[in-house]
Amino acid sequence: MASAGWRRGGLDAWAIGATIVACSYFALWGAANATDSAFAIQMWTALGAFLVGGALLVGVLGRGPSADPSSRYENGVIKAGVVASMFWGLAGFLVGVVIAAQLAFPNLMYFEEWGWTNFGRLRPLHTSAVIFAFGGNVLIATSFYVVQRTCRARLAGGLWPWFVFWGYQLFIVMAGTGYLLGITEGREYAEPPWYTDIWLTLVWVAYLLVFLGTIWKRQEKHIYVANWFYLAFIVTIAMLHIVNNLAVPVSLSGWFSYSLFSGVQDALTQWWYGHNAVGFFLTAGFLGIMYYFIPKQADRPVYSYRLSIIHFWALIFLYIWAGPHHLHYTALPQWAQTLGATFSIMLWMPSWGGMINGLMTLSGAWDKLRTDPVLRMLVVSVAFYGMSTFEGPVMSIRAVNSLSHYTDWTIGHVHSGALGWVGFVSFGALYCLVPWLWKKKALFSNGLVEWHFWLSTIGIVLYITSMWVAGIMQGLMWRAYNEFGFLEYSFVETVEAMNPYYIIRALGGTLFLLGALIMAYNLWRTATGREPAHVRTADVPAQAVAAE
Amino acid sequence: MWKFHRWFERHSLILVVGILVVVSIGGLVQITPLFFIESTIEEVEGVRPYTPLELAGREVYIREGCYVCHSQMVRPLRDEVERYGHYSLAAESMYDHPFQWGSKRTGPDLARVGGRYSDEWHRAHLEDPRSVVPESIMPPYAFLARADVNTAPMGNHLRANRFLRVPYSDEQVANAAIDARAQAEPLNPNAYDFEQRYPGAAARDFDGNPQRVTEMDALIAYLQMLGAGIDFDTYQAEAPENTR
Repeated sequence: MASAGWRRGGLDAWAIGATIVACSYFALWGAANATDSAFAIQMWTALGAFLVGGALLVGVLGRGPSADPSSRYENGVIKAGVVASMFWGLAGFLVGVVIAAQLAFPNLMYFEEWGWTNFGRLRPLHTSAVIFAFGGNVLIATSFYVVQRTCRARLAGGLWPWFVFWGYQLFIVMAGTGYLLGITEGREYAEPPWYTDIWLTLVWVAYLLVFLGTIWKRQEKHIYVANWFYLAFIVTIAMLHIVNNLAVPVSLSGWFSYSLFSGVQDALTQWWYGHNAVGFFLTAGFLGIMYYFIPKQADRPVYSYRLSIIHFWALIFLYIWAGPHHLHYTALPQWAQTLGATFSIMLWMPSWGGMINGLMTLSGAWDKLRTDPVLRMLVVSVAFYGMSTFEGPVMSIRAVNSLSHYTDWTIGHVHSGALGWVGFVSFGALYCLVPWLWKKKALFSNGLVEWHFWLSTIGIVLYITSMWVAGIMQGLMWRAYNEFGFLEYSFVETVEAMNPYYIIRALGGTLFLLGALIMAYNLWRTATGREPAHVRTADVPAQAVAAE
Repeated sequence: MWKFHRWFERHSLILVVGILVVVSIGGLVQITPLFFIESTIEEVEGVRPYTPLELAGREVYIREGCYVCHSQMVRPLRDEVERYGHYSLAAESMYDHPFQWGSKRTGPDLARVGGRYSDEWHRAHLEDPRSVVPESIMPPYAFLARADVNTAPMGNHLRANRFLRVPYSDEQVANAAIDARAQAEPLNPNAYDFEQRYPGAAARDFDGNPQRVTEMDALIAYLQMLGAGIDFDTYQAEAPENTR
């Protein structure tokens, strides 16, 4: 049975087909003319992916997409997103544990013949895998789920949501294999090369249009607050991605490119991008999750509609200014540093406004924290959000930053947000989505969720406390003077002092990974359980709770 | 006032435009002035574009992700200036596409590492860091000594940089591949021409293997010039045009 709104050989299929053909042509040309072997491998990879994609498309054209007759919504692409999220999550956490172990045990974890496993290549693999592969898939899957329910409309664009999904996986594979081959643009969190950037731009525009198209079809008068945040995330990431990745390739048949900007201008553009990858990818998008899944799981309306309006506009306006706090005491003009710090401190207010809005949604339902470990995970994520959005403004103060910058304190700060906030809110959303999508009454085991929750929480605490101690200690050792007025420690003495903390950090990361493995097992058993199909109330369109 | 917000909630395009306006302001106010305010980059003697070999070494530096553990930005703090040397100036990275200031010091800052250690030390350290610094946690890079630098595309590299207003002359662009070899081969017949084209650049066999121009040559050539050329005798930090 063809799904509603889908026609065999419709415009969507032809447009996707044309995109695939055009991109295959470039990949083949690139593979044939490659000036270096790494670029050739990338082009063959892309070409293979396009051929598989084309074959899938032709298969779909012949057969028609499988539609779920029990739902008016497109659920297949979201199910795929849930599986991809879990897969990339495990991969990203695993690489994180590996590189943590490399710093703790360099004699065991480096292999002279395998340069591609060195820290410098695996670290971007870790950051991109957790931020863009895990986080990105969670965001795409949840946004597709939320926008359909809150608009009471099926996803727009026919096959285009599937193009977004598979196109995004291709972006991940291209970026990740590229890092291992040594392909990078050399700026944190913006490492993918120019052709991968162009591909992501294409996928992202399709994503924006699918999302907006669904909103245009809505049966509700108002656009629900979660969708404001998703929209801000999609639009702003597009802007940041395009501007920050402007570059001149050395040749169209090689991977290396030179950034359009240099030195101080490049630094500020990069941290305008870098900090707002945090602000819009890791915050605004996941706040969209908070605004849908916490009210839903707690069965309570959002605490304050007016607070959500203030939260939204204040957050997106202030965040974009905060980048220069990554460049305190550098060659960036001081006026820009001061401006960045000022807005970073102001940013504390909307961040906590959002935290209060999320936490107070539990008014009258706090008892559920005792019985519902999924809701507890969601609520603890908001608590971590509050903690790291307090720590951030503190670290943006110049005097504090002079100590914390360049140390592991920054790494600890990032992970309290990334593991505590982004990780837990994603886990909470996935725990909600699997029974809803696979139509089960409940998760396979709430007890395993408890195990996941406590292992991960202990892991996070070990991680961030060890990095606080390590970072502050290293910062103090760098600036310590002896009684004769000379520097007390050589640099390598400070490296040596880090060792116990690096071991504790690796242990914390291992616990976090272990929790995620338990989660994957639990979700798999839930989805494949033989319990009879049961239509969840969640599949009945959600009421937009932000009515005036 | 709250009723006014209905506009955004009922019209998705108004919402999108609203978001775009609100998120554009910060970047426009902070970033664009850096391109127009002349004092953003100081006038200083001794900053020159990279030689082709150094540029190839810089590509290795980027490729191997050195920036994830090493900064190239000395802050004007007492201990940093004593540990690493004069604090970094904006002018020192004005030809850096992209910048490599870094954000983490798992290893020490490298902005002024040029000339601090011998080529032999760098070679030993890159091949097996713990052979010279037992407490080091740096990965080994012995494979660089076995990989030849592909000098053929260096002309394209210089051309791309010149497009971005790095002041390379026609002669430098035309001879990029030749110069990349000449800098690492002391007996190369083009060594004299190279020195004319890049006054002050060090030409020698960096990796101890005169038969080949390897990525080890390129990376050490790059490391040895970091912060080494700049002339702080003529730079007056307190002069009004240099305070920003």
